[in-house]
Amino acid sequence: MILKGKSVFSGIAIGKLSIYKQADNQVKRQKIKDTKQEVQRFLNAKEKAKIQLMELYKKALKEVGEVNAAIFEVHQMMLDDLDYIESVTNMIDSQEVNAEFAVATTGDNFSDMFEAMDDDYMKARAADVKDISNRVITILHGSDTSDILGDEQVILLADDLAPSETVQLDKSKVLSFVTRHGSTNSHTAILARTMNIPALIGVEFLATANGKMGIVDGYKGELIVDPDAAVLAEYQEKKKEEEDKKRLLLELKGKENVTLDGRKINLYANIGGVADVANALSNDAGGIGLFRSEFLYLEAEDYPTEETQFTAYKTVAENMAGKKVIIRTLDIGADKQVDYFNLEKEENPAMGYRAIRICLQQKEIFKTQLRAIYRASFYGTISIMFPMIISIAEVKQIKEIIKEVKEELSKSGIPFKECEIGVMIETPAAVMISDLLAKEVDFFSIGTNDLTQYTLAIDRQNPKLDNIYDSHHEAILRMIKMVVDQGHKENCWVGICGELGADITLTERFLEMGVDELSVSPSMILRVRDCIRKIGLS
Amino acid sequence: MKEFNYKITDELGVHARPAGLFAKEAAAFPCKITIVKDGKEADAKRIFGIMSLGIKAGQEITLRVEGEKEEEAIAQLSRFLQENL
Repeated sequence: MILKGKSVFSGIAIGKLSIYKQADNQVKRQKIKDTKQEVQRFLNAKEKAKIQLMELYKKALKEVGEVNAAIFEVHQMMLDDLDYIESVTNMIDSQEVNAEFAVATTGDNFSDMFEAMDDDYMKARAADVKDISNRVITILHGSDTSDILGDEQVILLADDLAPSETVQLDKSKVLSFVTRHGSTNSHTAILARTMNIPALIGVEFLATANGKMGIVDGYKGELIVDPDAAVLAEYQEKKKEEEDKKRLLLELKGKENVTLDGRKINLYANIGGVADVANALSNDAGGIGLFRSEFLYLEAEDYPTEETQFTAYKTVAENMAGKKVIIRTLDIGADKQVDYFNLEKEENPAMGYRAIRICLQQKEIFKTQLRAIYRASFYGTISIMFPMIISIAEVKQIKEIIKEVKEELSKSGIPFKECEIGVMIETPAAVMISDLLAKEVDFFSIGTNDLTQYTLAIDRQNPKLDNIYDSHHEAILRMIKMVVDQGHKENCWVGICGELGADITLTERFLEMGVDELSVSPSMILRVRDCIRKIGLS
Repeated sequence: MKEFNYKITDELGVHARPAGLFAKEAAAFPCKITIVKDGKEADAKRIFGIMSLGIKAGQEITLRVEGEKEEEAIAQLSRFLQENL
């Protein structure tokens, strides 16, 4: 039986399914005579809960790090909330009810309040309120939650898991988490990501699944209950592949990108947004070789403000902690259209009004972006590169605008650093004048996709031409060689950020040519590194 | 009475943890401390109160302080906002 859900972390897990039973916190309403003593009972339980949370915080700090442990600090603060305490004590006083009932009712009321908010993050906090309330109730009951897992590793099924429950679990026994509720922001999801195990949410499993064999496919977001032998074998094979990949990752992480005979090359990541940085870092990227800034424009309904852009660039620069981040300025047009730019429909958009051509005609858009980039430069190591360059005049114009931007920032007392300036080499024109361009800039980054399209005069969107769209065409390889040579003559370093950069059948060729940097998608970094480390050039 | 207007720059908005830390700081003062967003008020000494405002990045809030030690309170709490949010 295949059950659909939403994956919050990919991967494959195969094992016995085990339904997690929450500690039985059934609360009965009871009439209390001595309400004063009952209030005191609540306050004592609350203090005890805080001590437990402090212990959990320490445990979580070691196991899952500060960011994920912070929730237990927050829970302590929540238990001290006056609204919460007043609600419980008032209820005990005025309704003469037991502390358990007052806590449960208050917990429900507060979690309903969060549930009703129009913000996914705040909605998810309803679980926190329930969690702290359950903790107090458990203490009031005089029972302690004990470890529910046996000796066997299992795929854990639950309605939802509270953060305190996930921390108390013996993680070495959990192959995967599957919950009925929960969100991508829920603690189970975060924990799964930290533990690197697949997890699904929104899966409506049946109670009868307990104890059966199961498969979690974190790529498709599926839980397979009681798979037949063929499916099981198929997934065992997939899992083995995955483990091989993980092993490669472990073996190659932290290693240099160096050939057998000692030639080093920089291996950077291409990213399309702030969220990709984590992926780049976990795959050991030496820097960001292409930060496509388009996402800021494509995701927005109007021109993104300087502040929005600044925040995004700064976040990436800070997260890369001093490693190089190469931001490519706006590359809209052609196949990437944005409504509010109101671009006219063109007969031949690939050769039309796009990228730097827009920036140099609508200077305000360009200046906003450059100001944001320069402001962010203060927080890390940022380089800037410009797409679709065909002439020296364009580069001179760009430098003039950069000068204006820097002067304005200085005048306003806003700090910034000097940034390396580079151009994308993606037109045959840029290749042919690379000797002249090299005198103007610090680096080149070869965009092989467009360069192939323009050099071979093949529209890459046309599937009929796929058979002759040859990115290994000798013309392209000669161009790359030419650009490397011309660049090096003027101390300009040369990288490749197009798809060819990740083509491991060409890695050796690129190294021979003297390419200084390859920028590839995060998932390809270690595979390319593996290839580089097996090459001997001499 | 003292007031301080502030626009939230933290991209996550006022999440649970900063809300709790803020409430803790505020609770140390004897005066009445209120956060106002879009006309909605919340007691700044209460984490759930602050969270219930659902304050997001880019939104403007007003911190209102009234009573004993209001000078110190506004100074310290506005610094907290600027440094953390």
